[in-house]
Amino acid sequence: MTKKPTLAVFKFASCDGCQLSLLDAEDELLAVAGAVEIAYFLEARTQQMDGPYDVGLVEGSITTAHDEKRIQEIRKQCRFLVTIGACATAGGIQALRNWANVDDFIDHVYAHPDYIQTLKTSTPVSDHVPVDFELRGCPINKYQLVELVASLVHGRKPRVPTYSVCLECKQRGTVCVAVARGIACLGPVTQAGCGAICPSYCRECFGCYGPNERANPISLSRHYQSVGVPSDHVVRLLRNFNAYAPAFRQASNDLQEANS
Amino acid sequence: MPANRSFEVKALSRVEGEGALYVKLNGDRVEHVEFNIYEPPRFFESFLRGRAIHEVPDITARICGICPVAYQMSSCHALEKALGICVTPEIRKLRRLLYCAEWIESHALHIYLLHAPDFLGYESGISLAGDHREVVEKGLRLKKIGNEILEVIGGRAIHPINVTVGGFYRAPSRAALKALLPDLEWGLQAAIDTLKLVSQFDFPDLEMDYECVSIKHPDEYPMNDGYVASSSGLKIPFEQFEQHFEERHMPQSTSLHSVTIPEEKSYLVGPLARINLCFDQLTPLAKKQAEMCGIAWPSRNNFQSIAARAIEVIDAYDEAIAIVKDYHAEPTQSRVLYEPRPGTGCHATEAPRGLIYHRYRIGDDGLIAEAKIVPPTSQNQGQIENDLRAFVPKVVAFDDAVATQKCEHLIRNYDPCISCSTHFLKLKIDRG
Repeated sequence: MTKKPTLAVFKFASCDGCQLSLLDAEDELLAVAGAVEIAYFLEARTQQMDGPYDVGLVEGSITTAHDEKRIQEIRKQCRFLVTIGACATAGGIQALRNWANVDDFIDHVYAHPDYIQTLKTSTPVSDHVPVDFELRGCPINKYQLVELVASLVHGRKPRVPTYSVCLECKQRGTVCVAVARGIACLGPVTQAGCGAICPSYCRECFGCYGPNERANPISLSRHYQSVGVPSDHVVRLLRNFNAYAPAFRQASNDLQEANS
Repeated sequence: MPANRSFEVKALSRVEGEGALYVKLNGDRVEHVEFNIYEPPRFFESFLRGRAIHEVPDITARICGICPVAYQMSSCHALEKALGICVTPEIRKLRRLLYCAEWIESHALHIYLLHAPDFLGYESGISLAGDHREVVEKGLRLKKIGNEILEVIGGRAIHPINVTVGGFYRAPSRAALKALLPDLEWGLQAAIDTLKLVSQFDFPDLEMDYECVSIKHPDEYPMNDGYVASSSGLKIPFEQFEQHFEERHMPQSTSLHSVTIPEEKSYLVGPLARINLCFDQLTPLAKKQAEMCGIAWPSRNNFQSIAARAIEVIDAYDEAIAIVKDYHAEPTQSRVLYEPRPGTGCHATEAPRGLIYHRYRIGDDGLIAEAKIVPPTSQNQGQIENDLRAFVPKVVAFDDAVATQKCEHLIRNYDPCISCSTHFLKLKIDRG
C-alpha cells in the first residue's frame, strides 16, 4: 500500500477563517481525511506528527520576529508550500499598518506598549520564503481548497481561474453595478473565485481575491475619478484585505500622491 | 511523583487561535496559573480610524472567521445608534435569523469536532469519525445547515457580504428561505438528539461560584437587543458597560483581560452564562428539552457548557423555523439609508462565545474617529485562570500527560476563540 500524502496546516496572523474552510467542507471533510494524512492541524486535532510534510497550507501573515523564523522552518519541512487566503498571500487587512506608524497603533490599543513585540509591517509569506502555490480569497473558497488538495494528491496542477470577477458576473447574469448603478467596483481588477457574490447583492466588489493577472487598477481608479468618485473613496476601496498586494498597493499610493 | 513539578502543553489544539498556559505546583498547592495569549496583535481598533462607516462591518468581520456575524452585528447596531437610525422590524428579524445561523454553525463545530472528543476519549473529531462516523456526519450536517442559512442571507458562510449599517444590501428571496425549511426541520430533531447525547456525558466535578454576565431581554433569548445582566443582579444599559467592566493589559498577553469594577473580579460570558440568566426566555420547546435533559439549571459547572450549547442549537433551529415560516414576502426596504454625521454609539450583542461590545465615534468628516471592541474570549480569560486554579489540585494525582489533557479539556469548555481576543494555547505546568 502506498503511504498517504501528509498535510499540515499552519497559522500566522489571521482570523482562522481560511483553515475553517476545510472544516466547512462538511461533505468532503471525511473524504479528505481519508485521502490524506492530516498530520498537523491544531484547530482540528490534538495529534501532531513531526515533519517533513508533503503539503503545508499556511494561513496568516508574518508580523513578528518569531514568525519570521518559524516560516523558514516550515518551508524546510514542506515539499509543497501553499498559502491560503489574503493574509498569507498579500499581508491581509493587518497590512494597513504598513502605511502607519505601528508604535502609535500599539499605544492606542494597549496600556503597556512594552509588553507587545511586533514588527512594523505585516507581509505575505512569499516575502520570506518561496511559495509553490497561492490560493486567494478573504476567505478562500472551500471548493478551491478541496480542488487544491485533490490535485496535489493526484500530482496535477490545481485548476483555479486567473481571470477577473467581471467574467463571473457575466456567467451568472448579474447586471454590472459599475455601469448600471455608477458604483465604484473592483471587479474588473480582482481575481475570480468567489463566484461574484457582491455585485449579485447590488454592491461593489471590494477585492477579497486580490489583483488578477494583468490587472490595471491604476487605469481603473483614474476612470472612477473621472466619473466623479472621490479619490479617497477609491484609495480606501483598494486598501482592504489585499491592500499590500503589489498592483493594489501601487494604485492606491499613486492615487494618494496625485491628490496630495 | 516529585513534590514540586510543572507540566507543559506546547500547543493546545482544537481551539481557534494561538496561546499558552503555565501552571506551577508546589505539592498539591497551585502556586501560579498564567493564561498566555501570544497570537500576534492585528490592531483593528487602530486601523478602523479614518475608514468610512459602511466599511466597518466588512472589516470587523475579519477579526474572526468563526463568528464574523457577531462582529458585524455589534458594529452595525453601535453605528446605527451613533447615526440615530432605527431598523425596521423585518430587518430585525432577518438579523436574528442570521445570528441563529452563526450560533448553529459555531456551536455544532464546537460540540462535535472540538469538544465531544474530550468526553469520549478521542484526540479529534476526525478520529471520532473513524469509530462513529454517523455521529460526526450528523454533527457536520447540523453545522452545514447553519452555513446554508448564512449563505442565503449573508451571501457566504465566512465573512458574509450582505450585512451593512442600516440592514442588508439585498433582502433574501422568499423562495430561497422557504427552500431551507426541510433541512431546518431535520436540524431541529438532530439538535434535540444532540442534547440527549451530550447531557449523558461524564462531567468532571468542578463547581464554581460564577458571576455570569449576558445580555437579557424580557421577551426573547438574548442576541441583538436588551440590557446587560449578571447573576449578582446587575441590570444596566449598554451605554454603562464600560463603567462596570474594564479591560486590563497583562504582561503575558497580547489580549486584554476584563474584570468587573469596582470588585476587580473575573466573570463568565458565553452559553452557560446565558442559559443561567435567560432560561425563561428559551423557546418553549428548547426549555422543555433543557428541563428533561437531566442537568439541573442553573449550572455552576462549565464542563456542562456543551449541553448549554446544545440547548442553544435547539433554540436557534426552533427560532429559525419560525422566522422562515413567517417570511411571507421580501421587505420593500432592505435597509434604512443614512447620511454620515458626527456622533458616538455603543452596543453589545451575544456572539456564540458570549457578550461582544463595540463603541464607535464618528468624526466631523463622517469617518470613524475612534473604535473600541471588547470580544468574549478576553472577558473569559480571567475566569479560565480561576477555573484552572480550582481544577488543577483535582488532577495533580495524574501523570503530566493526563493532567495536561484534563486542563486542556477545561479550557475548551470556553470554546476560546483566541483569534478574536487577538489569539493558540500552550500549557505549561511547572511542578516547582
